[in-house]
This record gives sequence, structure tokens and C-alpha cells, in this order.
Amino acid sequence: MTDLSRRRFLKASGVAATAGAALMGTGFANAQEPSPPGATTLPYPREGIAKAGGLKVDVPMPFNYPDPESFCQIIKTGRPVPGGVGPDGDIVAFSTQCTHNGCPLSYDKVARTFKCGCHFSIFDPEMRGQMVDGQATENLPRILLEHDTKDDTLYAVAVEGLIYGRQCNLL
Amino acid sequence: MTQYRDRIPLPPPDARRTNMTCHFCIVGCGYHVYKWPENREGGRAPDENALGLDFRKQIPALGIIMTPPMHNVVTDRDGSRHHIMILPDKQCVVNQGLSSTRGGQMASVMFSGEGASRQRLHYPMVFTGDDWVETNWDHALLVYAGVTKRLLDTSGPDQIAFNAFDHGGAGGGFENTWGSGKLMFSAIGTQLVRIHNRPAYNSECHATRDMGIGELNNSYEDSEVADTLLFIGANGYETQTNYFLAHAMPNMTGKSVEKKKQWFPDETAEPAKVIYVDPRRSLTLSVTEHIAGKDNVLHLAIAPGTDTALFNGLLTYVVEKGWHDKDFIDAHTSGFEEALAANRMDLKACSKVTGVPVADIQKAAEWAYAPKASGQRKRTMHGYEKGIIWGNDNYRIQSALVDLVLATHNVGRRGTGVVRMGGHQEGYARPPYPGGRPSKYVDEEIIKGNGKMLTVWATNSFQSTLNAEEYREAVYRRAGIVRDVISKARGASAVELTDLIVDAVENRGGLFVVNIDLYRTKLSDAAHLLLPAAHPGEMNLTAMNGERRMRLSERFMDPPGDAKPDCLIAADIANTLKAMYEKEGNTKMAKRFAGFDWKTEEDAFNDGFRKPEGIDSQGGSTGGLATYDRLRAMGTNGVQLPIKEYKDGKLIGTEMIYTDYKFDTKDGKAHFLPSPWNGLPGTVEAQKKKHRFWINNGRTNHIWQTAYHDRYLPFRRDRFPMSPIEMNPEDAKSLGIQSGDIVELHNDFGSAFAMAYLEPDIAKGQTFMMFGYDNGVVGDVVTDWTDRNLIPYYKGTWADIRKVGTMKDYKRTVSFKRRRFLSA
Repeated sequence: MTDLSRRRFLKASGVAATAGAALMGTGFANAQEPSPPGATTLPYPREGIAKAGGLKVDVPMPFNYPDPESFCQIIKTGRPVPGGVGPDGDIVAFSTQCTHNGCPLSYDKVARTFKCGCHFSIFDPEMRGQMVDGQATENLPRILLEHDTKDDTLYAVAVEGLIYGRQCNLL
Repeated sequence: MTQYRDRIPLPPPDARRTNMTCHFCIVGCGYHVYKWPENREGGRAPDENALGLDFRKQIPALGIIMTPPMHNVVTDRDGSRHHIMILPDKQCVVNQGLSSTRGGQMASVMFSGEGASRQRLHYPMVFTGDDWVETNWDHALLVYAGVTKRLLDTSGPDQIAFNAFDHGGAGGGFENTWGSGKLMFSAIGTQLVRIHNRPAYNSECHATRDMGIGELNNSYEDSEVADTLLFIGANGYETQTNYFLAHAMPNMTGKSVEKKKQWFPDETAEPAKVIYVDPRRSLTLSVTEHIAGKDNVLHLAIAPGTDTALFNGLLTYVVEKGWHDKDFIDAHTSGFEEALAANRMDLKACSKVTGVPVADIQKAAEWAYAPKASGQRKRTMHGYEKGIIWGNDNYRIQSALVDLVLATHNVGRRGTGVVRMGGHQEGYARPPYPGGRPSKYVDEEIIKGNGKMLTVWATNSFQSTLNAEEYREAVYRRAGIVRDVISKARGASAVELTDLIVDAVENRGGLFVVNIDLYRTKLSDAAHLLLPAAHPGEMNLTAMNGERRMRLSERFMDPPGDAKPDCLIAADIANTLKAMYEKEGNTKMAKRFAGFDWKTEEDAFNDGFRKPEGIDSQGGSTGGLATYDRLRAMGTNGVQLPIKEYKDGKLIGTEMIYTDYKFDTKDGKAHFLPSPWNGLPGTVEAQKKKHRFWINNGRTNHIWQTAYHDRYLPFRRDRFPMSPIEMNPEDAKSLGIQSGDIVELHNDFGSAFAMAYLEPDIAKGQTFMMFGYDNGVVGDVVTDWTDRNLIPYYKGTWADIRKVGTMKDYKRTVSFKRRRFLSA
């Protein structure tokens, strides 16, 4: 891929041209691959996150996606939930930087919600990240997952919703 | 809002930036609007975008609030399309860069010409009997003014009714209250006007004003330096969010202790103690316990409607302990002994009525009124809202509270105050109401068949009145008579249509209904004529917040279609009537409709707010010092009314009122008002005896007002597809009700549907239903009882509840997790 074609792609996808350099530097294999001309989806990396069998019910596991500066958690809820993947349809993952002002969210096992200690927003991982209450104007960005039944690996493949503190989910 | 949910365009460095005060709640957070052409966007490097931030890197937490709902693409009347981004301003002292979930969506509700915004009214519309059709202003005004004139000439002004806004923010502002007020009161001269969310023309704060104390007497900063925060029937986290987060919270965490030491160097300075008077464990109480620690929070869970008894018990105890301020009382007040005698209630009696343990009443008195360790009098901020405003006898409760505040000298000193927390912003400038007090109970008049024409102006009384079922039935029935006539008026000119309408209302009991609004609303279903209005951003608009801070929200885009500011709609109506009277040589009446030769909203501002003599204006006698240019220069911080002077290019305002102890009475003294505990009103007591559940009601964090915008926004509608009602889980179980079920509330006044939402913090026998929503109207089960000034007792509602059924889709899409921050 030439520089010219990359620039064309970025323009077509609505990303500022300056994104190119940052994108090249992320080191994710998929980010290097060109998307077809006219694509309107961002070239998210496909990242192995965890083995479905290794997750314990109600014990969220942190990971970073789509780059090291973006904090996420994957959680097995123990019951089928909207958007859930894995053998029991109960595994979901979210960006855990509050969509309001970026503070880190923590999981409350009693309430089964993610909570923000800064301005007290509450999000429901079992309802696609819906804001239960609080000052955000967006639900939690969902990390879209795929489950490979062959080796039980959960892959993060995209983000639905804008990660806090970014113009674009891919830096 | 952008179609891509994982990226957002940045404003380029040369994007036009203007000032905007949030349209919604009383707090009035400061925002900036960035506007730039659709075909451009800023870069990620700090010098490539107007925000000066480096978006090549992750912005750290608390760095900026910038979310997709803060962006939109709007279409101006010349067809040009522009990006807009509306971001909270870090330099604004009110919100300090914070946005609430309501204000943070402002860009999303601006007219884009696409999607939900197509629901905005673009042109005047007439109902032809079976359908709404668009028409032009000339035609609409001929019909409106024609009917108005005929009724004025034959029946007099008091058959011309209005349900009108009276506030600031969207659907209000000094320009629009003046324009509409001048039309209603000076030109037409009608008394048949009701306000916003109540059935008459009145104040929600008559008592405190009668006692000489305006209800907005301190600054938000006073909550930062108070020793004790005492909130009564107020749920700040949900309804005055950034007041709570930016001003009350630093006092709860101790962050403002240094400021206290600077302001009051000789006094003990500690984090605040916080007292909540509320029958409900509110979200605010829960979050405060988390912030301040349970040991620093006291919840006085009074029995519904017993606030007066609580304040009287506290007053009696405080005086017994000698914690009142005798010098202040002697020098600056009158009527103390008389009020004390009338209000006297010992702790045991107080506890019996309120249900609050004696020890907790004593503890509250100590926290709020016992001398500080350093010996000085405590500084206690008293904030109240709908628990009192919509409580058991608004006038009586407010008197009892202000008696307690006066006795303990909690006005006129920094860190104190007795303040309504507020719903809407304020922005009142009108000629005096042409009737007495109490004014007319307008809803009752309409139900009785009085009033022949009703203009519903930026309000929606079908969703925000008491005894709503009977009221709605009467309006539909009477409006139907006019609809029948209109449906047969084929080929009628404006004059002929006017004749038919006048005949229907004069001779057949009909009611001609006109709705002036941003959208068609539930009330429009009963209307015959719709006139399209504008909101902030589409017009220049001034308003003030809960600390009297006045700002100019600047126009940055065009209203949709032929929509226009309310003040200019008022002017159009007045000018049409003036021309009609001139044409028939009636100079006397033509003169009444003169003085509306305004081209812009600034003309209306200059005609009202800036000429305060003889009118009722929140700007007071110095309003003339404010000009659009001066206000624009003051930016998002504006000026706190009343304005003291204009000096060195700045408007100088007033942070706290009554520091000179000159109160707003003839003799300058604050007046105590005897306010003995008076029990529940008979009407309400009867419903309480008959029905199992107390139907407490009010706002939630997510939804603003009648949801006029929110019902079109998926983020909000998906959260609450129907009015939620919080119920105690054991109560729900006894009725076979689960979260997500539809339930019916019913009593002698009506029935309302709601979506059950189980919540352990709700006490047994109690509930809490969202007020004002379009899908499930709590007003349908509210009694017709009011206080002496015709203020409703919305909170005084009892009903039975039955399960209607299960809505699978609600259970599939709505979270019923706990909204309380503390889960233990």
C-alpha cells in the first residue's frame, strides 16, 4: 500500500489525514491492512482477549483495546444477555472509561453495574451498556466480540460507540 | 448527530464560537457553540482544532467532555449546512466544564432538517376538521387576531385564556416573557392566565416573598462554604446536577475547607454536615452518603406532608436551647413572639406527627443551629424544591421554614440562605397581572365552561396539571365543538372561518384552542391552530439561573421554516389586532395594541427588561444597565442580578442579597408569619384513607420537563419508554408485579399508567413516579386541592395500583438495575 492510497482511504472514511502516522504506529497487524475503497468502518484490529472457559462468572477481566491507552473489561454475566457471546451467550465487553468525563469505572458485584466515582454514572453491562443513571449522554461503548469455537478464544473485533477523550476510536 | 458512532468531527481553529447557557434546568450551565461549514473539519494536532487539544493521543480523564450528542449538522434558511459542537465551558463558574446528561445533549436537539428534528413545527398549521395542514403567518394571524378581537368586543378580555410559560431558558427568557406578557396583560388585559405547571397565575414562593425574602437570595458558592447543608424535598443530583457536583460536593468532601478558612478565618472549618428532609431515600441522598460518609449525612424521613410540623418542632427546640439570634430578631425582624407561640410544638408531638425519632430532630438542630466549636453561629444553607413547592400547603410550609431560618439568622450571611433550588431558569419581565390574589383558578373555569379561546404557549397542561383527567376531558369536549364546525367550513375565508369559530364558542360551549410551541404536543391533539416558535440558539435569549446570574445565549442558527421567537409572535398578533382596530377607526383599542413595533428580540428586550419602571422584572430598577453588547462581553459568567453598576467595561452584580438586612417589605424588616401545623387537607386525607399507596412524584435525571425533546431521542426514550414508577419490592410482590410490568394507578380523580421499577430504597406503601411524561401522566391521579394561592399539592396523591400486564419489549430493552449509587 502506498502513502497515497492510505491518504485516500482515510479521507474516504472521514478520518483526519493526520491519523495516518498514529495509525501506522499502533503495531496492530490489522491496522496496517487497507480497507476496500469507500469503506465507512474503521480498520479495527482483531485481538485475542481471553479464553471463554477461563472467565469466572461476575469477575470482570481488564484488557486494552483497540490500543494500550484504552481500558476495557470483559465480563461473563452468568446468564444470556443482549449481545452476549460464548457458549452461554453471557460474555460481553465494554470500554470502562466513563463516556461522560473519562473516569475509570468499577464493577459493583451487588448491583451488577459499572459505576463511576467521579460524577456517579451507572451503566448496565447486561443491557448493552445502557446508562442506568448519571451524567453521560452515551451508553458505554461496546467492544464487539467474536468467539472462536475451535480454540475457545474470544476476539475483540470492533468498538461500537466513541471511546472517551478521542476524536476517533483509532488514535 | 453523526451517523458514525466511533468518531466525531473537530471544529477547525477558525470555527465561529458563541455563548450558550443550557436551555434546561435552573442551574444554567455555560457552554460554547462552535459552528463551521459542513465540508471542513479540524485536525487532531492542537494547532489544527479550535479546542487546542492534541487528539493524536488519548485525552486523560477530566480533560474534556466531548461526546457524539454534542455534535450535529444544522441547516440554515439559505440552505447552507454547518457542523455545530456545543461543549461545556471550563471557565464558567457555574459548571466549571461539567455537563449534565440533559445539557450535554443540546446539539442533538437543534434543528438539522433530518431525523427527529423534522418533528419541529416549521410553519403555522390549521386543523381542517380531520387533518393538520400548513398555512402562512398572514392567514394564521387573521384567524387568531380575528377571534381574539371578536371576543374582546363582545365578551371582554376575561374570556380569552392563556396557559403560558413564565420562566427562563428554552420556552422563556426576558424577551419572551415580556412580549407575551405585554400582549396578555397590557394589550388584551385578561386575568384568565395560568402559568406553566399550575392552574392559576401565581408565585410558588408567595410566603417567603410576603416575609420579605426573595427566594433566590444567595450564590452557588455559598453551598461551598456553609457549615451545614439542609435540603428539603430537593433532589439535587438529578435535578440541579452541576450545582450539586460543582458546589455542594466540594463541601461534602472537604475540598472547600481552605476556602472556608480564607473567608471566615476565626471560625471552625470542617467538611459540611448534610441533612435531607424527604420521605424518600432519593438518589441524591444515596450519592451523598457515598461522598460524605454516612456519619455526616442525616436523613429525616418525615411522613408525607408533615414538613410544617418538623420545622415548628425544630423552631421550638432551637429557641428552648437559646440557639436563636435575639439581636438579629430584635433589630431586623417583626412578629417573632407571635409566630413562636403559634408554631410551638414540642419534640414529642413533632416526632409523633413526622415519624422522625426525637433524637434525630435534636441531632438535626445541633448540626444546623448549635454554635460552632469556635463559638460563632453556624452558617446553614437551606435549599428547598418540590417537596415544599408541591407540598402540603405551599404557603404554610414555606412560612414555617422561613420562620426557622429567620430565628437562626440564616440569611444575609455568606454560607447561609433559604433558597428554592428551582426547576426552570428564571427570566421574568411582565406588566403587572391585571387581577388580584388569589388569581383565577383557570383550569376550573375551563372545566366549568368559561373561557372561549385558549392559547397554550410553550407549556403542555395535559401533562403538567393537577386533576388532569377531568381537565383534559373538558378541553377535548369543548374543542371538539369547534372542530366540528371547522370541518364543515369548506371554502371559508379567514373572516368566514372566524365567524364560524366565534359562533361555536359564543353559542355552543366550544373552546378555540391555539398552541404555540416547538413541536406538536399531546395538547395539540385538542388544538385548531399551531404557531411555530424558536428556542435559544435560533434567537438571542437572556435568562437568569438560581443565583440570579444573567447571561445572553446568542443566536447561531436559523429556526426551522418560518418559526420565530415567541416575543415576535406576540408582536405579530398585537400588530394584526392594532391594524384591525385602526381599520374600523377604533383608536382607543388600537392604542392598546400599540408598542409592539419590534424587528428583533433585542427590541423586545430593550422595551421590557431595560425599562423596568412600572413592570414586574427580575432585573429590578437597574435592568437598564444591561445591554446585549455588555452581556455578550460578560460571556458565560454574565452578571448576577440586580446589577450594581457598569464600570470599566464590566457589569458588576450582586452575589448575596440582604447583606444590609434591608428586606423586601415596606418597613424593611423581615416578617415572621404564624404557621401552625395544619394536618393534611380533607380532600387529600380522604384519598389517603381509601387507597394503599402514596404516589410521590417528580423529575428524574434523564428526562427534562414534558420530554418535548427527549421523547425523540433514543438514548432517553429507550431508557424510559413509559413513566417509571419506583415501588417497594415486597409491595410489588404482593400484587404480582415485576420490573417492566405495566401498572395502573387509580383513585377518585382518575387513572394513570406507568412502568413498574422495583427499588428497595422505596418504603413500603410508598412509590415515586416520574412527573410530566407523555406516556403515563401522573397528574391524572392528582386531586384538585390547592393552597390559598392556587398552588397544587402534586405530592399529596394516594392511589391503588393494579398490574395491567407484562411488556416483553420493556424487559428486553430497559435496564431495571438500581439507580441508587449505594447498593448496600
